[in-house]
Amino acid sequence: MKKFTQKMEFKPFCVLIAIILICGIISGGDFFKITIVDGHFYGRLIDILRNGSRYAILAAGMTMALGTGGTDISVGSVMAISGAIACSIVDSRILPGLGGNVFLAVLIALAAGAVCGAWNGFMIAKLKVQPMVATMILLTAGRGIAQLVADGKIVTITSDAYYSISGGYILGFPAPMFIAIGVIILFMILTRYTAFGMQVEAIGVNQQSSRLAGIKVERNLWIIYILCGITAALAGIIESAGIKGADCNNCGLMIEMDGILAVAIGGTSLAGGRFSIISSVIGALIVQTISTTIYAFGVAPELTRVAKAIIVIIVCLIQSQAFMDKLKGLFTSGKRKEVQA
Amino acid sequence: MEDSILRMENINKEFPGVKALSDVEFSLQPGEIHALLGENGAGKSTLIKVLTGVEIKDSGHIIMDGREISPRTPIDAQNAGISTVYQEVNLCPDLSVAENVFIGREPKKAGRIDWKTVNEKTVALLKDFDLDINVEERLDNYSVAVQQMIAIARAVDTNAKVLILDEPTSSLATQEVQKLFDIMRMLKDRGMGIIFVTHFLDQVYEVSDRITVLRNGSYVGTYETENLPMIDLVGKMIGKDYDSLEAIPKLSGGGSDGEVLLSVVNGATDNISDVNVTIGKGDVTGFAGLLGSGRSEIARLIFGADKKHSGTVEMEGRKTEITSPLDAINNDIAFCPEDRKKEGIIGDLTIRENIVIALQSKRGVLHKISRREADEITEKLIEELAIKTPSADQKIKNLSGGNQQKVLLARWLATNPKLLILDEPTRGIDIGAKAEIQKTVVELAGRGMSCVFISSELEEMERCCTKMFVLRDKKIVGELSGDEISQSYIMKQIAGEETE
Repeated sequence: MKKFTQKMEFKPFCVLIAIILICGIISGGDFFKITIVDGHFYGRLIDILRNGSRYAILAAGMTMALGTGGTDISVGSVMAISGAIACSIVDSRILPGLGGNVFLAVLIALAAGAVCGAWNGFMIAKLKVQPMVATMILLTAGRGIAQLVADGKIVTITSDAYYSISGGYILGFPAPMFIAIGVIILFMILTRYTAFGMQVEAIGVNQQSSRLAGIKVERNLWIIYILCGITAALAGIIESAGIKGADCNNCGLMIEMDGILAVAIGGTSLAGGRFSIISSVIGALIVQTISTTIYAFGVAPELTRVAKAIIVIIVCLIQSQAFMDKLKGLFTSGKRKEVQA
Repeated sequence: MEDSILRMENINKEFPGVKALSDVEFSLQPGEIHALLGENGAGKSTLIKVLTGVEIKDSGHIIMDGREISPRTPIDAQNAGISTVYQEVNLCPDLSVAENVFIGREPKKAGRIDWKTVNEKTVALLKDFDLDINVEERLDNYSVAVQQMIAIARAVDTNAKVLILDEPTSSLATQEVQKLFDIMRMLKDRGMGIIFVTHFLDQVYEVSDRITVLRNGSYVGTYETENLPMIDLVGKMIGKDYDSLEAIPKLSGGGSDGEVLLSVVNGATDNISDVNVTIGKGDVTGFAGLLGSGRSEIARLIFGADKKHSGTVEMEGRKTEITSPLDAINNDIAFCPEDRKKEGIIGDLTIRENIVIALQSKRGVLHKISRREADEITEKLIEELAIKTPSADQKIKNLSGGNQQKVLLARWLATNPKLLILDEPTRGIDIGAKAEIQKTVVELAGRGMSCVFISSELEEMERCCTKMFVLRDKKIVGELSGDEISQSYIMKQIAGEETE
């Protein structure tokens, strides 16, 4: 077994801890404050866990797509579609026969995500379209589909059961956290206890060789993009439950970039190959911490994006082996000069 | 030597877990063709990479024209007067010939590229090389040989004093090799120093003036070519006597007692049609022919790597439908493809993963091979095939070509196949590993495994094969067995001299 320090998860983990510590120090401890109200935990860290769950779920699916050397930029639109479908069913605007059943609404919305993923899979695995281009189709068309479902309106709903998907608590912790943990466990089982993980990496490194080694490349790509679609749908359901309605224009807007960012910060190469679900989840938490912190410290709205960009650059540089080597070289060569002098 | 243009002294380079070069020296005189030899993993490539700035040396000196240089990028090396032509042509296939020659240093006129001059200069330059081609044509419209000449022309035109040719002949036909040698001699007469890296020893004796031998990352010595008999050279390269290699027995009589393992009737893919072959149990069946004669195409048809349009395949008398490599693997067929890098190895994965991956496919994705079993399989095969690696955790791309090939062989042996298809398993690897692979093939056949052996080197085909199909222009033109398998006879068949 490798030492933890040599694992892919090590660096992102350190970065996450460092960011949280820095935030804590700057805020004078407020950041760490967790209060208990009505048996529920409240506080910044809990917020991060709640809001970061969406990213973590997305990142799990995205990691697989990036692991094969592909990408899925349609996740934001798929979120909009699933949110629109789930809310419309709960509101009995479509399929009134279901009587607004929340469970069935969620199931159908997830199925819709799977269909979207299957479409991406079809384009990528069967028609061999570049993943970026293939998923761009749903990126643009997806919101249109969502608006068709929602009749071009913002669907607002009243259903405590549906709200609780995002706002509920289990054992005092926010419900989305448990959903995320469930998804992560499923993905870990899939990638660690079957050979699927290795096959995904093999495909990412060399598709030709993988095929000749007997790996069903096409089938695996289908599965991966379907999983991506389902995770996106799940994230969409959580988001729409959070805002108590489906806003097709804004749900999951630009979230594909945050998803990819989370995976990249986690250390998975965008060119494919080695990946780690846990690393990506840590990456997702880093992204969420950055967002939360920027809001918490009251950075002027016009500066939030810039601030986020700067932090992301720093994190990426820390992650970059080449940069750290250079930095080290800078220090050691400096020392040598001192000795000579 | 005082008049040398390039001197490398005490070069050291270490990769994680591997000492790639230790105290290596090398010197090159103007007007000299200097062969750099050694087995796979001896450090040739690393030395070249250090010299050309692809890798940075840990310690040591590189002195060029009396000045010490330390190239950190390929551009540094080029500016210092060192040009390199790599084994795989590294030009841009989509650009025109002229664009390729002048890429990055296009002559400009009023801020815009002066295409007229580019094209004229290219024509003039290529004339030196006896190449009369349309320089505005896309590069990939020309054969690999021509592309290689263009790469050399480009390298020479950048005022290089040192030219490195890394395995330039491995994709060339005999005639083209002669032409390359003419060019090398011409450049030598102009006073250029040429470093020639190759695996073909007869070529070394044909053109080189001096030889430097490396072994296991260490410097063995530099010799005048004419004073070093080939037997001694081989001894120095592998560190043991050549006789022990010659001792591989020719497979006697053939293991086949007429029993058929696999037969293809009227098979056809996009690339070949009318394939009719039978492969006997325990036979080593050779597919002989020139590159592109259809020998790989038949292998790919059998393995399901290319889509079969028509025809039937029978395995042990049963009709077998093979539509994908996985089908073939499930029918106990294994295939090492010709292009090791593109279709064989999975570079970023470890040796262990590369070995078990085919067996894993055979068992199915849900039945994951446990780490313990994977370790057992890997350890056994690493030992059996004498794969040189510090550990099974090493990425396969860090191994030398010969060891990569052995890992691929291990990958397929792990699946325990009945039919093992090897397409050019010994290309680009040194004689030591070559002999070991040949020996393994012969041994496997002795144990009853059927093998298909494809190679451009008739000598090894003659040694290993018990049956042979000869191909010309995508057609099977001859079927030989037993004593008929001799180099001269095969050669005649390939050339079509014996046709009625």
